[in-house]
Amino acid sequence: MFQKMSMVFATGVMKIKYLKITHRSSIVAQFELKPPPYPLVALEPHLSRQTLEHHWGKHQKGYVENLNQQILGTELDGMGLEDIILASYNKGDPLPAFNNAAQIWNHEFFWESMKPGGGGKPSGDLLHLIERDFGSFKDFLREFVDTASAHCGSGWVWITYKANKLNVDNAVNPRPSENDYKIVVARTPNAVNPLVWDYSPLLTIDVWEHAYYLDYENRRAKYVSTIMEKLVAWDVVSSRLEVAKSRAAERAREEEERKRREEEFESEEEIDESEMFLNSDPEESEAE
Amino acid sequence: MMAMASQLLLLPNLRFHSNSQSAPRVISNPICRPLKLSKFQKRYKQSLRDSRVLAFYGRKTPPYKLDALEPYMSQRTLEVHWGKHHQEYVDGLNKQLENSPLYGHTLEELVKVTYNNGNPMPEFNNAAQLWNHDFFWESMQPDGGKSPWGGVLQQIEKDFGSLEKFRDEFVEAALSLFGSGWVWLVLKTKEKKFAVMKTSNAVNPLVGGEIPIIGLDMWEHAYYLDYKDDREKYVMTFLNHLVSWHTVALRMIRAEAFVNLGEPKIPVA
Repeated sequence: MFQKMSMVFATGVMKIKYLKITHRSSIVAQFELKPPPYPLVALEPHLSRQTLEHHWGKHQKGYVENLNQQILGTELDGMGLEDIILASYNKGDPLPAFNNAAQIWNHEFFWESMKPGGGGKPSGDLLHLIERDFGSFKDFLREFVDTASAHCGSGWVWITYKANKLNVDNAVNPRPSENDYKIVVARTPNAVNPLVWDYSPLLTIDVWEHAYYLDYENRRAKYVSTIMEKLVAWDVVSSRLEVAKSRAAERAREEEERKRREEEFESEEEIDESEMFLNSDPEESEAE
Repeated sequence: MMAMASQLLLLPNLRFHSNSQSAPRVISNPICRPLKLSKFQKRYKQSLRDSRVLAFYGRKTPPYKLDALEPYMSQRTLEVHWGKHHQEYVDGLNKQLENSPLYGHTLEELVKVTYNNGNPMPEFNNAAQLWNHDFFWESMQPDGGKSPWGGVLQQIEKDFGSLEKFRDEFVEAALSLFGSGWVWLVLKTKEKKFAVMKTSNAVNPLVGGEIPIIGLDMWEHAYYLDYKDDREKYVMTFLNHLVSWHTVALRMIRAEAFVNLGEPKIPVA
């Protein structure tokens, strides 16, 4: 008896094929090539159909096929895409599956960050945070495009939401404030993405040359500013910001809980010590 | 330009013909005539007095016309690759070095110095890419490829086993490179043999002290217009139709001045 089950995760689509009940069951988890949320021709004239056909249809397809082959039979088989990324990043010494997994995630994130007829300005809390952290929307755009242009080699440019932490893992922020939750422009090499730094990505633009070479040749700055002016789906970015903020708030609550529990534990120990000291009965002193 | 101007100043009565002059002036006694400088000469004499020596880097022109590598590498690719990317590296480097203590190095020295043993300075990317691309244009020729011969073929067969094995290793290195980078055939100075090497982004074998013999650009801008995502076809085409074995032979001759490839001649007592 064969059964086909499919489970849909937040960022990737994973299909579990052929669960054989009569024989020894072998579950094979396979990632699929998720299409962009618009037809391949929809981003013309800023990104041509030919670019999308190659970028999604060949490059991203290659990553999916390679990843499926790589995780077969390993412990990564069956994990969600984000889990595979974090596990295979291996704290900076990445396993072979990292490049493919991260590139799949990055590309899905990229297509969803754009929409036909997008662009313009963000609104609401996103705009407020951008203006707070960069001065003005124009300054933010300039820094974003400059970061993209200055990046040497292949990689990605990101807008991320950075939660309340100092940059050193074991240090504690002595005076936490609302301003620590910042919007940050970051760039990453090759397949790396800010998930491995525990940032919350909000928007990405692919600056691998295959993303823009057919349409813009070497003019990377023009490519990035065109996307920002004409294609960015700010509503998607805003909703990602809400998710990031609630995630950060939950983390802050967990931190507080943990600290409170630690303090209670420490204060209990102190009582024990003083009790030990006071329990010695002066009348039983050996001096007498 | 400035040397030319100073030469002109040594010939006192040579008028510099500018468009603003209406009629030529008559010179009666050339030797006794006092020195009268035109506006052009005055400007250059002034600038010579307070000129500083500035080192500027430039890029080499490919030793063939930009359409000479068709149909394997299109003219448009060369126009953008050499004309835009390579030029950007030059301009970027010269801008970075404007008031820099790094002035005075040759390009090769600059690459090694700015690599800083693995902690590269900001100038490294531009300097190294400038050198890499000079090397790349010279590694190719129209009607290239086919097989090496003579000493080069002997060395390849000695170090790889056969020409096929070298080609397989080269293609495999190129295809397994993730992101931007270069693939090289190098002469390893310590081991005194050929090896295939792949490097990321702007890194090249000079920083490791090896002698590069062939360089192939695997940045996407090198092949995307012609081959799009078909990297294997690009590398195979390079090996079959573009690589200049003449240049390889010349580089080997030069390399032998630094690395002794022959058996040591031990005199028999």
